[in-house]
Amino acid sequence: MGASAAAGTGAGTGAGTAAGTGAGTGAGTAAGTGLVADFLPFTWVDGPGNRLVLFMQGCNFDCTACHNPQTIPLASTHARDWSVDDVLAKVRESMPYIRGITVSGGEATLQWPFLVALFTRVKTDPEFAHLTTFIDSNGHATQDVWDALLPVTDGVMLDLKALDDDVHRTFTGQSNELVLASIRSLARAGKLYETRLMLAPGLNDSDETLRATAAWLLAVDPEMRVKINHFHAHGTRSPASGWPEADEATREHYRDVLLDAGVQYLC
Amino acid sequence: MDGNRDIWPCRDFWPFHRLDGMETRPEDVLAAVRDPKYTYRQKVQVLAGLAENLLPEPALNPEARAALDARIICDMYEGHAPYRARYILPDYQVALRNGSSFLELPPATTLDEALAHLLIMYSQVPSITGFPVYFGDLDTLLLPYVDDTIDDDTLHRKLRLFWMSLDRMFPDAFAHTNLSPVDNRVARMILRLERELLQVVPNISLKVHPELTSDDYLLDAIQTVFACGKPHFINDVLMQHDLGPRYAAVSCYNSLKIGGGSHTLSRLNLKESVLAHGGDVESWFAVTLPYHVQLMGELMSSRIRFLVEESRFFESSWLVAEGLISLDRFSAMFGIFGLAEAVNLLMERQGRSGTYGHDEDADALSYRITSSIAQLVAEMPLPYCEGNGGRAFMHSQSGIDLDLGVTAGTRIPIGTEPSLAKHLRTVARHHHLFQSGISDILHFDETAVRNPEAVVDVIRGAFASGMRDFTFNLDSNDFIRITGYMVRKSDLAKLPQARHSSTWLGAGSVDNSHVTERALKRVVAHESSPVTTP
Repeated sequence: MGASAAAGTGAGTGAGTAAGTGAGTGAGTAAGTGLVADFLPFTWVDGPGNRLVLFMQGCNFDCTACHNPQTIPLASTHARDWSVDDVLAKVRESMPYIRGITVSGGEATLQWPFLVALFTRVKTDPEFAHLTTFIDSNGHATQDVWDALLPVTDGVMLDLKALDDDVHRTFTGQSNELVLASIRSLARAGKLYETRLMLAPGLNDSDETLRATAAWLLAVDPEMRVKINHFHAHGTRSPASGWPEADEATREHYRDVLLDAGVQYLC
Repeated sequence: MDGNRDIWPCRDFWPFHRLDGMETRPEDVLAAVRDPKYTYRQKVQVLAGLAENLLPEPALNPEARAALDARIICDMYEGHAPYRARYILPDYQVALRNGSSFLELPPATTLDEALAHLLIMYSQVPSITGFPVYFGDLDTLLLPYVDDTIDDDTLHRKLRLFWMSLDRMFPDAFAHTNLSPVDNRVARMILRLERELLQVVPNISLKVHPELTSDDYLLDAIQTVFACGKPHFINDVLMQHDLGPRYAAVSCYNSLKIGGGSHTLSRLNLKESVLAHGGDVESWFAVTLPYHVQLMGELMSSRIRFLVEESRFFESSWLVAEGLISLDRFSAMFGIFGLAEAVNLLMERQGRSGTYGHDEDADALSYRITSSIAQLVAEMPLPYCEGNGGRAFMHSQSGIDLDLGVTAGTRIPIGTEPSLAKHLRTVARHHHLFQSGISDILHFDETAVRNPEAVVDVIRGAFASGMRDFTFNLDSNDFIRITGYMVRKSDLAKLPQARHSSTWLGAGSVDNSHVTERALKRVVAHESSPVTTP
């Protein structure tokens, strides 16, 4: 186990959990609590079927296009510490309507020891064992984090903000090196549920970019499930708050280009 | 009641619903005769309603009469002289198997014969609407006639014509078929035809069983809802527990026994009951509510006795003579509505601000009300109700087009519905009490279309939580579900003329109860929440 969830910016900032503090302790140890920004009892857009979703506080990217920038800081007066039992109490209220839980963010993998503890409990407790466990991630996590998570994780939805590293740095403040490695690794393990492309008009949506991105993804897995997330300005910070949004015709064009490039499973 | 004529915006569309309590006047008849918006058949129905209402209503004691005039209790404007049961669920299998001497039909031996015999039978099945409210569980009825010699193209061609016949010959959205919980060829073809034809008729309910109904079959049904708003989903386990294996949902979500039905449906306006009560909450429970339940019993008994003893429907109908229905499988439906307003008014009287669907104490009060009524109804014998042990079936009445300022059944008022999770938790606890139906309508947005498995989860979860029946609307198709029946938005635009008589009722509901404003069940994600809600 290395420095864990990468980008170790969180260590020692008082986020109260994971993010660094778990380094080297390995999976399944007492992970204390997770710092949770919010949750929804039902969600239909965070993985298959109806799910409960937890939004973890703290992110290792700093995207100006983020809709919920309040979840980026590693500490927030709005977030609070949840124990595994706190989460399961909410899960119990959503049962029997849900088929699983999704942990999103912020960046959920920053708090990977808590995730491991939560998912391990879900998988081993007969009351919850029928539920699937999904992670919604920006992909900026090292292999040892995935090694710890995957035994108790059924699937990962992973964002690819840009295939081009320079554009990626502009969007997120970080290289996409770890993201691309995560996509390859998760696909190889059969745990990559879908890759999400955030498309912003004029910035990362040229036909050439879309085709190159599709080609890269299909080289990893010819049956890759791809989802388009359209950029929405509402809630974002400058300069993204001034970016244009895709109109209906542009959205249709993205679909055409990606389908033409060979993407079979496009959502 | 004359003074109310002007505030009923739709009375011109469906006068026999409106003239209740009034003697028919010659000018009413002449107006109907001269009215160009009716088809011939619709005109005959209106004239029949006017003729029926030349008679006085079945005798009522003065207290029940006063409560009826004040519309605390309501007879659903069924007419003054009941001459057919309100809802009739013939066991068509009996006549397919045995033939019919009344209709001079031999037993059906082929698919063609079965389809023809069914259409013939439907033409001779009455109900409150003038059309049958039940077409049978059509996949179950037809499966014995669909063997390997009938390929999919043939089945499609034959069923397509039959399906068009249902809509054109019985143009009323209350006409209803049910589908079996078990996946089968005929049910799949019916779902496909629904998506192809986009008809108002028939209304459809799918019986859902936790083990027998596969996800794949359920997904096909959900995709059909995306196209045309049908089917409705019903909890097979709970229904069988309350009604036995031979049951069906008919009209707009009245679950009753096949081979039986309901003589009548009356309903108690809980809002008016509370408004009529001068005292505190406890005295409403102790005195006024039982009193109004008893007056409902008077009204229902009077109408049932007229139907059975005066009109002698059960002595003259071929359905009885040939064993498609029998009196001992009939009961009557005790409906309630306006629970939300009653709860909120009673909370106010206690000086509290919580409202139904949004406050735990208000919700607890709502459960106390429905369980109190259920107990009173279970203790009140009614004549000719052997179909439910001599008692009425509880029913959450989903409203009629002229309801103003009062919420259907036990629903949460349109536009104030809480989140889907809270909504389901609130209403589910009422469902077990209402054997003859309690439809809750949920409004879903486009995220459902991208994740139909989520709808599977919600349906299965709802039924595991004790919900009895469940329907969902999607904004984006042409269909709008009113109280349980379907109207096409494009047909509303063509008013005043309408081929489906139910479309007029739908127009009234759109005007009066804002059904188009149901709170969207947008199940939000962090991509668009908490800061944005399109």
